[in-house]
Amino acid sequence: MSDKIPVTVLTGYLGAGKTTLLNRILSEPHGQKFAVIVNEFGEIGIDSDLVVNADEEIFEMNNGCVCCTVRGDLIRIIDGLMRRKGKFDAIIVETTGLADPAPVAQTFFVDADVGRRTKLDAVVTIADSKWLRDRLQDSPEAKNQIAFADVILINKTDLVSEAELLDVEAHVRAINPYADVHRTERCAVPIARVVGRNAFDLDRILDLEPKFLDRDEPAHDHAHDHDHDHEHRHEHDHAHENGHAESVHAAEHRATAGLAHVHDEDIQALALKTDTPLDPDRFFAWIQKLVAEEGPKILRSKGILSFKDDPDRFVFQGVHMILDGDHQRPWRGDERRESRIVFIGREMPEDAIREGFANCAAP
Amino acid sequence: MTDTRSDPPSLTERIRAVEAGAPVVAAAFLKETAAFVLGENTVTLVEETGAEQRVDVHRGGILCAAADGAQVITGGDDGRVMATDASGTATLIAADAKQRWIDHVAVGQNGALAWSAGKDAFVRPRKGHDRSLTVGSTVGGLAFAPKGLRLAVAHYNGVTLWFPNAQAAPEALEWKGYHAGVTFSPDGRFVVTAMQEPALHGWRLADGKHMRMTGYAAKVHAMDWSADGEALATSGADQLVLWPFRGKDGPIGKGPRLLAPTDQRVCAVACHPKQAVAAVGYENGMLLLIRLEDGAELVAKHPGGGAVTALAWNKRGTRLAFGAEEGEAGLIAL
Repeated sequence: MSDKIPVTVLTGYLGAGKTTLLNRILSEPHGQKFAVIVNEFGEIGIDSDLVVNADEEIFEMNNGCVCCTVRGDLIRIIDGLMRRKGKFDAIIVETTGLADPAPVAQTFFVDADVGRRTKLDAVVTIADSKWLRDRLQDSPEAKNQIAFADVILINKTDLVSEAELLDVEAHVRAINPYADVHRTERCAVPIARVVGRNAFDLDRILDLEPKFLDRDEPAHDHAHDHDHDHEHRHEHDHAHENGHAESVHAAEHRATAGLAHVHDEDIQALALKTDTPLDPDRFFAWIQKLVAEEGPKILRSKGILSFKDDPDRFVFQGVHMILDGDHQRPWRGDERRESRIVFIGREMPEDAIREGFANCAAP
Repeated sequence: MTDTRSDPPSLTERIRAVEAGAPVVAAAFLKETAAFVLGENTVTLVEETGAEQRVDVHRGGILCAAADGAQVITGGDDGRVMATDASGTATLIAADAKQRWIDHVAVGQNGALAWSAGKDAFVRPRKGHDRSLTVGSTVGGLAFAPKGLRLAVAHYNGVTLWFPNAQAAPEALEWKGYHAGVTFSPDGRFVVTAMQEPALHGWRLADGKHMRMTGYAAKVHAMDWSADGEALATSGADQLVLWPFRGKDGPIGKGPRLLAPTDQRVCAVACHPKQAVAAVGYENGMLLLIRLEDGAELVAKHPGGGAVTALAWNKRGTRLAFGAEEGEAGLIAL
């Protein structure tokens, strides 16, 4: 597990700043070596020894599932890069501006060879604060990239006013309330905020509260930036997310106070929770049928579940039709045994999902 | 993981270890000199006397290899196709103009060579100039037909059969999905591909009839034909999978034979050149010789050293070369 190479996926519309972030990651003195997979239309001038050009080839799996697509070029390139194992610690994949992140993510769950040697770390989406709202109007790809992201950089903040920024953030939150959002100029962000996130690691599903804007004081960023000890950093994040729950909620009120509520017409997040323990047989039957039938509409899903007579938390995550789940750890005595699930998707049948989830309660 | 079955006879004391020191991509015999193609830069040659020579062939990762008994052809992420002979002389065959990765190489019976970079396949006949063909996706595999200058090029949604010397348009064998690896039956009547899914797909060339060969636990990385050409032995399961190709229908309507069940995934297969025996390498580094008639097993190497990634017999079938993912390699005299 620990020797799997982490892979960070950079998405974002043309001109948002993907190459800027890439070069920033590569040039900072963090001691890590990256192999970089760039798209063939990408800008030149990437400062790394191991740069591979990819032409994004989307392959449908021959299993009757239309949304079950993988990036064939990634399978090939990752296999080839493994010949040079030891020459790099992590991989960064830069996608084209129009790319759908789902096939990239699915590659890590569908292809056993890729999954054995690498793990998806996070999908990082860079948004241009001046043009994002226009792109959300005219480009379903831009919307997918926001919806899919674990980390979103709202970049080029120097080109817009504070009021505009708040509106951009409201649009981002309307589509994806769960990603970490950072405001940046020229993609200046501590590297630890974009790589080494473990966003797809089941053990890292800690809570499913919507996240609010992270306005770190510079000293805090600095500490993060120079922290190379992954274990330590995780502990730190953990404390940050759980221990400061109150202040996060306070920040929520501040952040939302001055904002008009934005509702996105296409993409919504649906969060459901219940205190009633769930019946595992009912739940698995329901969720598998749901993703089999509605998979194309469900971009991402996550859940923390409390099953009847089960001392362990069960966690799962999904990309379209692909689900990955496991027992995580025993419920703690001070923890509320509550089941929460979250879906981000396009035109999801909300009422049917609510009803289906309610029917999973143990008798 | 240990081999817990009742002790089959063993050949393990006949191993002569070779210090590869890097993952082994492929092995081959150049007459009696064994060639171990490593993951980066190097081909290690081991003479029958045991003398070892490391030859720096590529400037970077070596992605693929194929051998014709006199030289081993390799393709690298440096965009070069190289030929290395038993003396240790490495010759540049081709350099990709855009320095793309050379993903696949193949050798033909008549001295022809083929390689691919991206969507382009190239053929160099023994006489005459290079030809190229562009297919609809990145090439997944290359294989020469046993007779004549004919190349199977595997890709997304099928295989293209190409006669580089003919004016005629290439022939398309279609089947949905990505085909990563292709082989002709030794009699030239069938083409079989390994798919992105854990399955093989085959075509009978006379009428294009399809053969779906499924039931695997994992993607099939290794395919090799038995000495008599009547069976295709493959990896991808916890046993050796042997598809029957005797008769005009091949495996159509028939299931495979499954030999030597274990709790380990088969990941490398090389059939003996003369006898009905296969060398079978497992994920845990174990290496067995399996008699194809009755499945009788002989331990050639105990587990360890990582998954077996390379196997090759010498022409007479008296010596076996092996290599593994974690750099273990060796020669076994039978």
